[in-house]
Amino acid sequence: MFGKLTLSAIPYHDPIVMGAVVGSVLAGAAVLGLITYFRQWPVLWKEWLTSVDHKKIGIMYIILALVMLLRGFADALMMRAQQAMAMGASQGFLPPDHFNQVFSAHGTIMILFMAMPFLAGLMNIVVPQQIGARDVAFPFLNAVSLWLSVAGALLVMVSLGVGEFSKAGWSGYSPLTELEYSPDTGVDYWIWSLQIAGLGTLLSGVNFLVTVLTMRAPGMTLMRLPLFTWTTVFTNVLVIFSFPVLTAALALVSLDRYLGFHFFSNDLGGNMMMYANLFWTWGHPEVYIVILPAFGIFSEVVSTFSRKKLFGYTSLVYATAAIMFLSFAVWVHHFFTMGASAGVNIAFGISTMLIAVPTGVKVFNWLFTMYKGRVSLTTPMLWTIGFLTTFVLGGLAGVLLSIPPADYVLHNSLFLIAHFHNMLVPGTLFGFLAGYAYWFPKAVGFKLDETWGKRSFWCWLVGFYLAFVPLYMLGFMGMPRRMQHYDNPDWQPYLIAAGLGTLIIACGIGCMLVQLLVSFINREANRDVSGDPWDGRTLEWATHSPPAPYNFAVIPTVRDIDAFWDMKQRGEAFRPPAAYEAIEMPKNCAHGFLLGILAFLFGFAMIWHIWWLAVAGFLGLLAVVVARSMNDDTTEIIPAAEVARIEDLYFKRLAAAGRS
Amino acid sequence: MMAVEAVHTQEIVAGHPEHHDMEPIRSLGFWIYLMSDLVLFAALFATYVVLSRNFAGGPTGKDLFDLSFVLIETMLLLCSSAAYGLTMTAMPAGNARQAMVGLTLTLLLGLGFVSMELREFTQLISEGAGPQRSAFLSAFFTLVGTHGAHVTCGLVWLAVMLFQVATKGLTAPVMGRLTRLGMFWHFLDVVWIGVFSVVYLMGVW
Repeated sequence: MFGKLTLSAIPYHDPIVMGAVVGSVLAGAAVLGLITYFRQWPVLWKEWLTSVDHKKIGIMYIILALVMLLRGFADALMMRAQQAMAMGASQGFLPPDHFNQVFSAHGTIMILFMAMPFLAGLMNIVVPQQIGARDVAFPFLNAVSLWLSVAGALLVMVSLGVGEFSKAGWSGYSPLTELEYSPDTGVDYWIWSLQIAGLGTLLSGVNFLVTVLTMRAPGMTLMRLPLFTWTTVFTNVLVIFSFPVLTAALALVSLDRYLGFHFFSNDLGGNMMMYANLFWTWGHPEVYIVILPAFGIFSEVVSTFSRKKLFGYTSLVYATAAIMFLSFAVWVHHFFTMGASAGVNIAFGISTMLIAVPTGVKVFNWLFTMYKGRVSLTTPMLWTIGFLTTFVLGGLAGVLLSIPPADYVLHNSLFLIAHFHNMLVPGTLFGFLAGYAYWFPKAVGFKLDETWGKRSFWCWLVGFYLAFVPLYMLGFMGMPRRMQHYDNPDWQPYLIAAGLGTLIIACGIGCMLVQLLVSFINREANRDVSGDPWDGRTLEWATHSPPAPYNFAVIPTVRDIDAFWDMKQRGEAFRPPAAYEAIEMPKNCAHGFLLGILAFLFGFAMIWHIWWLAVAGFLGLLAVVVARSMNDDTTEIIPAAEVARIEDLYFKRLAAAGRS
Repeated sequence: MMAVEAVHTQEIVAGHPEHHDMEPIRSLGFWIYLMSDLVLFAALFATYVVLSRNFAGGPTGKDLFDLSFVLIETMLLLCSSAAYGLTMTAMPAGNARQAMVGLTLTLLLGLGFVSMELREFTQLISEGAGPQRSAFLSAFFTLVGTHGAHVTCGLVWLAVMLFQVATKGLTAPVMGRLTRLGMFWHFLDVVWIGVFSVVYLMGVW
C-alpha cells in the first residue's frame, strides 16, 4: 500500500533533523495560521495560487528562492561548524551519514532551488515590462513552470522529515548513486526533485525566449533590448539546449536504479564516466544560466546609478553571446582527472581560458560605465562594486584551474570549493540581491530600507572573504572537499576562521530579514508613487509600482536603447494618453497549481515505490493537461473604463506627490 | 498635473495578441520545444553510441535485429506521416471530415508501429536479451523505447484532437493544435530515421 514507506522513515532518533523538521513545520503552520486569522484564504487562492500574472508569479518565485536560501544556508552553517570542530579526537556533531546529506542538499538547493527560482522570479517581473509587453507569450505555461518548481522544492524539504536526502553530492556521480551503493531513497529524492523542477525550468525557458522574440513593443529592435533582457535570452537558449541533457542523465540513473539497467554500473558494460560527461554537458552551461542574468542586472544597475548610458552596449551583447557558445565547449574541465588524452585535456583547458576574454570585456564595460559617471552608492550599486572586485579574483582562480596539470593537483580540493563559490556568490547571488533591491519597489510598490541593505551588503562581503579565502589556502595545503572528519591539526585554524566568516554572512542574512520588516513598517514613507524611483532608463520604469495587471495602458513606441530615458528627455513620460482602449488579458485558472500538486504526489510516489499513487498521479497530470487543452475561453477583457479608472488614480497620486 | 478625462468610447481590443495572432507564436514555441526534445534524443544517441559495443558477453545487434521486420515498422510510421498530410490539406478548405479521416488513419498506422515495437521488445526479453543483460541492450531499449514513448504520447494527442475536431470543428485554436501535432508527428519520423540508421543498420553491420 505504501511501498517502501514505513514509520521508521521518520528520523525520530536524530535530534538535529527533528529540530529542523519541527521548526519547518511550525513555521509553515504559523504562516497558514496567519492566513486563516486574517481571512486571506480567498485572496490567496484568487490573487496568487491561480494567478497567471507574470508579476505575481515572479514574486512567488522570489519568495520560494528566499525560503530555500535560508534552508541552503542553514546547511552551510552546519558544514562549517562541523569542519571547525571535527579534528582528531572530536567527531563534531554531525555523523558521516548526516554530513553527506547536508553537503548534497546544500549544493542542490543553492543551485536549483535558490538561484534558479530567484532568476525566474526576476525574469518574470522584469522582462515583459522591459520589452514593453503586457504579458509573456504563454501565461498559463508560466504558472505551470512555477508550480513544478515549487513541487520540486517541496520534495527536497519533505526529504528532511520523511526518509533522507541523497548522500552522493549535488552532482550525484556514478556509481555511488547506483542502487548497490545507495540503496535508500535519498538519491530518488534528488532525482525526482530535479526532474520535476527541471521540467518547469525548461518550459519557462521556451516561454521567455518566445516572449522576447515575438512580444516586443514597436521599435524595440533586438539591438535596443535592455541588457538584462538580452542576458535572459542567452540564458534561456542555454536552458533549452542543456536541461534536456540533465533530464536524460537523471532518467538513465533512474533506469539503473528502478529497473536494473546498466548505464553507469560497474558491471555488464556500464560506463560511469558517461554520466560525468552528460551531467556536466548540462552542468557547465547551468553555471552560465545563473550567472549571465546577474551580469545583465549589474549592467542595468551600473548604468542607472552612474546616470550614464551603458559603455559599449554592443560589445556587452556580443561578449554574452560568446560566453553562451563557449559554455558548451568546456565541460571536460570538471574532470580533467578522468584520464582523457593530453590533447583532449589541453583543448578543454584552452576553451576554458577563452571564457575569461569575453568576461574581461564585460568587467571593463562596467568600469567604463562608472568612469566619469555621477555614481550614487545605493545598495544595488554596492552589490555591483562588491561583485566586480570579488568576482575578478574568482575568475583568476578559474584560469589557474583551467590548466590541466594544475587541476590535477587541486582537483576536488577546497581550492575548487573556494573558486566556484567565489564565482557564484558574487556573480550570481550578489547580482540577484542587487536586482532584488533594484526592482523591489517596482514589484511591491515601496523601496527597501537602504541602511539595513547596506549593513547586509557589508556583512556578506566581509563574511564572504573570511569564509572562502581560508579555503583557497586549505586547498593548497591539500585538504579535500566534503570531509566529515580530519586528523591534520594545521587545517583547523583556517576552518575555524571560515566558520566565523559564515557567521558574519549569517548576520548579513539577518540584516536582509530585518530590512524586509523595517521596509514593510515604513512602507508609506518609502512608497514609490511615480513608478520610477531611481530615475531609470529602461521601460519597466514607465509602468506603475506595482504595475497595473496590463503593465502598459498604451503600448509604448521605442526609439532608443534606453527607451524610457529617451521618453523622459523628449517629455513624453508621465503623460496620460488621449484615449484608453479595452485590453484583453489571460484569465486566472487553477490548472497550474493542480499540476504542481499532482507532480509532487507523483514524485513522492515514485521515490517510495507507491505504484498505485504514481499511476494515479500520472493519469491525473494527463487529465488536467487534456482538460486545459479543451478550453478555448482563456482570456477576459478589461474594459476601457476600468483602464481609465486605474490610470486616473495613478495620475492623481502623481500630481499629489508633485511630480510632473 | 490635470486628472485625465479620457475618451472611453472605443471598445477595440488592443495589445495582447489573441487567437489568430497567437497561433504562429504558439507554433514557434512548440518548435523550440521540439528542438529541446531533439537535444534529449541527442544525449540518448550519444549514450547509445558510447555503449553500443559493450555487449558484456551477451547478444549483439547482429544476433538480435531482424531488418525486414524493422523495415515494415518504419514503413508504417512513414505512411502515418503521409496520412497526416490529409489532415493538413483539409484545414484550409475547412473540411473537418477529411481531417478526421487523416487523424484516424494516422492513429491506426501509429498504433501498428507501437504494437510492432512492443512485439519486438517482448520477444527480445523472452529470449533473455532484456535491458538488464548488458549496457548495449540498456541503451538500445532506452533509445528505441523513448522514441516509442513519444509516439505513444502522439497517439493520445491524436485521440484528443480527433475528439476536438468532432466536437468543436476546425476552429482557429483547433487548427493551431493540429499544426503543432503535425510538427510533433513528423519530428518523430525524423528521429526514427536516425534510430533506424544508427541502431539497426549499423547494428547488423
